[in-house]
Amino acid sequence: MRITCPICGERGVAEFVYGGDATIERPPLDAPAEDWQRAIYARENPRGSHAEYWQHAHGCRAWLRVERDTATHAIASVALVGRRAGEGGQ
Amino acid sequence: MAEYSIVSIMRNAMSGNRHWRPAWRAAAPKRAYDVVIVGGGGHGLATAHYLAKEHGITNVAVVEKGWIGGGNVGRNTTIVRSNYLLPENHHFYEWSLKLWEGLARDLNYNVMFSQRGVLNLAHTPAQMDIHAERGNAMRAAGIDAELLDREAVRAFVPRLDMSEKARFPVLGGLLQRRAGTARHDAVAWGFARAADRHGVDIIENCEVTGFVFEAGRVAGVETTRGEIRAEKVGVAVAGSTSEVMRKAGVDRLPIESHVLQAFVSEPLKPALDSVVTFGAGHLYASQSDKGGLVFGGDLDGFNTYAQRGNLPVVEEVASLLMAMFPSFGRVRLLRSWGGLVDMSMDGSPIITAGPLPGLYLNSGWCYGGFKATPGSGWCFAWTIARDEPHELNRAFALDRFERGATLDEAGAGPLPWHH
Ligand SMILES: Cc1cc2nc3c(=O)[nH]c(=O)nc-3n(C[C@H](O)[C@H](O)[C@H](O)COP(=O)(O)OP(=O)(O)OC[C@H]3O[C@@H](n4cnc5c(N)ncnc54)[C@H](O)[C@@H]3O)c2cc1C
Ligand SMILES: [Zn+2]
Repeated sequence: MRITCPICGERGVAEFVYGGDATIERPPLDAPAEDWQRAIYARENPRGSHAEYWQHAHGCRAWLRVERDTATHAIASVALVGRRAGEGGQ
Repeated sequence: MAEYSIVSIMRNAMSGNRHWRPAWRAAAPKRAYDVVIVGGGGHGLATAHYLAKEHGITNVAVVEKGWIGGGNVGRNTTIVRSNYLLPENHHFYEWSLKLWEGLARDLNYNVMFSQRGVLNLAHTPAQMDIHAERGNAMRAAGIDAELLDREAVRAFVPRLDMSEKARFPVLGGLLQRRAGTARHDAVAWGFARAADRHGVDIIENCEVTGFVFEAGRVAGVETTRGEIRAEKVGVAVAGSTSEVMRKAGVDRLPIESHVLQAFVSEPLKPALDSVVTFGAGHLYASQSDKGGLVFGGDLDGFNTYAQRGNLPVVEEVASLLMAMFPSFGRVRLLRSWGGLVDMSMDGSPIITAGPLPGLYLNSGWCYGGFKATPGSGWCFAWTIARDEPHELNRAFALDRFERGATLDEAGAGPLPWHH
């Protein structure tokens, strides 16, 4: 598998570290325990399109939001997250 | 008389081996059963066997979308052990190991269970301490464990690189002598035949596509071969857990699907008579009865439903094998493949009634569910038959994630790809 980093270009998967499901929203600190339980442990784990975080750890070290098909490994989009969120998307 | 015996081999040899009964019938689905098990892997088949044998429930179907042995039960590296730290885990896996010790006799099928010993190497003093802690926890529970020093390791696995020049010199290791390997296909076929002879219908090429509900209860399954009604439905589909449970309306579970690869070399003369795991990287290796080195390492490390992995893992695993056994450096790799593993959020399994009435769930085996096959089937059958967990699987409930009672053997946290 290869991922196209918006900053560095197309690189092998071994340069990246996986950060997991990117659809999970962190609940407010005073949210009920069930919300936290859901955010920490409950996953959709779809076969098909999956939004997920990757860090280009052995490159520019940017965190990326990648949309990838979990059945075919085809990547639909890669975008920066954090302060530069959205840059380099699609 | 036993179906497979020296007498039956001789009798069938005389008639040209034309009259063996198929190991299981090609059953067509009936309209209804007492219990339907979704998934004809090791766990589903073992559940059917123990439902019949231990609880007298024989009106049972195992519904498999592909063929028997096509899932992880036929894709794993066959290591069987009970060397866990946490009591909930080591009691369960030890019961499973005890079932393994009598399995060939119970099933009248040679599962080639070989108690050749599993040795976990240690390369640092801290690792020796951790091994001592785990070994002591096991011994306190009546499970065999031995801490080996460097010299004892050298004697136990003469082919290991024990030189001072080794990149990660070996200090010692934790050995479980009763652990070992088994022939995975034989385990699937043996359980399938035993279940069939109890009257269980094994229905291959039959994919579950939905669930039937009645009065708020699961009352059967929809399949590519029609609707099948059941009082109770047990789901044991390993890496497909989330997708199958979603069809019942359960949209989120503490499970992610990942790929684990396995590797087999060309056959060699006997060279390695135990199972050895590296301590300075993730690698486990043994040698099969056919002579191939069988080894594996880490997950590829991201959510996937593709039963294939990436080349960097191949390279990593090969380099770790070389670090342990430089003499295997010129051996050629014969085959590699991937299997879809059901990684749980804490690395421990789920065997429970629910999460819906009439439904029962068996999942979260990560890459260690082969050793659990008899124990998991035994406990799942108990849970389905009695509508309550056995003492051995009480802790493997889904609500442990809400109660903060997770069983995180590795201390890795809720990152399934790190378990
Ligand atoms: C490469 C690799 C190495 C491993 N090494 C070890 C090891 O050394 N030791 C160890 O203890 N464990 C090991 N494991 C883990 C072990 O193999 C699994 O945990 C275990 O086999 C899972 O249970 P199972 O046998 O029931 O799964 P499977 O054999 O995968 O059975 C699940 C079945 O469900 C079926 N199914 C899925 N969806 C549907 C549907 N909709 N309808 C009907 N049927 C469906 C599938 O076709 C499949 O046959 C390894 C796994 C892999 C992949
Ligand atoms: Zn980059």
